[in-house]
Amino acid sequence: MTPTDRWIHTPPRMSATFDDHAIAEIRRAAATGIYDIRGAGPKRQLPHFDDLLFLGASISRYPLEGYREKCATDVTIGTRYAKKPIALKIPITIAGMSFGSLSAQAKEALGRGASAVGTSTTTGDGGMTAEERAHSAILVYQVLPSRYGMNPDDLRRADAIEVVVGQGAKPGGGGMLLGRKISARVAQMRVLPEGIDQRSACRHPDWTGPDDLEIKINELREITDWEKPVYVKVGASRPYYDTALAVKAGADAVVMDGMQGGTAATQDVFIENVGIPTLGAVRPAVQALQDLGMHRKVQLIVSGGIRSGADVAKCLALGADAVSIGTAALIALGDNDPRWEAEYRALGTTAGAYDDWHEGRDPAGITTQDPQLAARLDPVVAGRKLANFLSVLTLEAQTIARACGKSHVHNLEPEDLVALTVEAAAMAQVPLAGTSWIPGQNGR
Amino acid sequence: MPTVDLADTPLRDLNAALHRLTPDSNETHWRVLNPRGRHSVAAGIDAPVAVEIAGHVGYYCAGMNKQASVVVHGNAGQGLAENMMSGQVRVKGDASQAAGATGCGGLLVIDGNASARCGISMKGIDIVVQGSVGHLSAFMAQAGNLVVLGDAGEALGDSIYEAHLYVRGTVSSLGADCVEKPLQEHHRAELRKLLEAAGVNGADLAEFRRYGSARRLYHFHVDNLGSY
Repeated sequence: MTPTDRWIHTPPRMSATFDDHAIAEIRRAAATGIYDIRGAGPKRQLPHFDDLLFLGASISRYPLEGYREKCATDVTIGTRYAKKPIALKIPITIAGMSFGSLSAQAKEALGRGASAVGTSTTTGDGGMTAEERAHSAILVYQVLPSRYGMNPDDLRRADAIEVVVGQGAKPGGGGMLLGRKISARVAQMRVLPEGIDQRSACRHPDWTGPDDLEIKINELREITDWEKPVYVKVGASRPYYDTALAVKAGADAVVMDGMQGGTAATQDVFIENVGIPTLGAVRPAVQALQDLGMHRKVQLIVSGGIRSGADVAKCLALGADAVSIGTAALIALGDNDPRWEAEYRALGTTAGAYDDWHEGRDPAGITTQDPQLAARLDPVVAGRKLANFLSVLTLEAQTIARACGKSHVHNLEPEDLVALTVEAAAMAQVPLAGTSWIPGQNGR
Repeated sequence: MPTVDLADTPLRDLNAALHRLTPDSNETHWRVLNPRGRHSVAAGIDAPVAVEIAGHVGYYCAGMNKQASVVVHGNAGQGLAENMMSGQVRVKGDASQAAGATGCGGLLVIDGNASARCGISMKGIDIVVQGSVGHLSAFMAQAGNLVVLGDAGEALGDSIYEAHLYVRGTVSSLGADCVEKPLQEHHRAELRKLLEAAGVNGADLAEFRRYGSARRLYHFHVDNLGSY
């Protein structure tokens, strides 16, 4: 290259639009002719709870003494209609994850961890296993569109019922459990041939729309003699109206799952492009409850990307009664643990990025039905890790709540928060830090 | 025979009483009056008792039934005997959408017609419809048998798994991955047994045709894109 050539050609410049991932995905699609299916939640940057800060106490606010003064964390769910509401010691529950997508050991570990700290776990597509019932002191039984494994005995054995309309990772979408995870036991529970790719329906088979949903909920109540709280879970897309319709249909609790919520197996294009961030879903859901006079009467459980006690506290401050965790719980059990790095590398990935949960080859033994891989997860040890994690989340939330002068985490309120970005300020409806500006309010 | 008049007894009391029944109960035959289209009548029973309902019922009658024999002397609304596990449910009139949806066992007999999605996602239930069934019946049907003595609407057996479908009349169209299959002697024996259990006499087995899964969509493949 002569000195003159240097000035004719600019240095190589990569496109911000066609970045490495976009180019790789185009090549992958061209080579395979099929879209990417994977587990977990979106990996793109999204407005999230990191964009909020607590103000803490000051001259006008009086803090509580850490380690001395009580900051309660209990929450009762199902006070609207259920004869037997469920009492949780902490406002953090374990989200629905199926036996099938997870190993029996992983389900047992979730039950052990949650029970140790006084909270609930949730079944998933595929029904209730004896292991999870035995090890979950409080178990929520999901009624899903596929009704795989659905039976009235398990309904009666459950402590609460969750009618799943959608989930944050894929509002409007069904599921696909690939054949290699359809072991003999999974196939038997779902009444399907072993080894086939198994679809989970996106619509319920016996009801359509909010009026039918009300009748369906009443049937579930009749079958269980009105004992159990009935939750309605929706993927966040139209949170105000979905919350209002769930309340109208008679829900005891609404589970609002933001788009950062994980999935066992869904198209990448769905995970990354459908639904709204959790941050933008909480206030409209709370507003719907307040407009109907049902805030704190119908409990709101928020999920989707909850990772820390700060996230928990922020959710509660925005008006939620509890949160639910899925992906974070799996990480606490040992998912994506660097100790398996050599095996992640062999799968073409790395610890922290592994998301091919649908393939059933999870080195950590969690998202698999392979007996040898599943045996790697000790349910007692993993359950203890989850209990530790849940305790830390609770302690962190309490720490923040005390700093804001609250004797119960439910006393946190939007006035305790400010936003770091204009987007977060608009979504969470709290002021941009250092200003009184809430975008979109009072005509501003 | 216990008789419950829903004109003056709350539905909740009827269902709670039926749920309290034990296998050795002497109250084995119940009569329900004036259902007047109420939903969830006789839902969630788990005892070998007979329940006769004198009139029309709404949604989810005999939902998730186990062991009981329920007879509706009238028509039934949506989701009749949904997710039934065992026992027998018979409707003397017609049934609305999603009759026998996700049923896992037992026998559902509809003397009249059934509307759309009869047997949707059925998981082992046997359904005998003496009249016709609507569109998308046996959609994603996993296991069990659907016998239709009349006609079947559009997209019968769409995305079917391993359920067996027998239709005596015409089929408007078959859904994705559902094909006609030979009706062999063991199928005739199965059909004969189902008709006998349903109390259907005089049907000529030679008039029936059998439908089931082509199993082409059991594994997701882009070459089948047109089928999805």
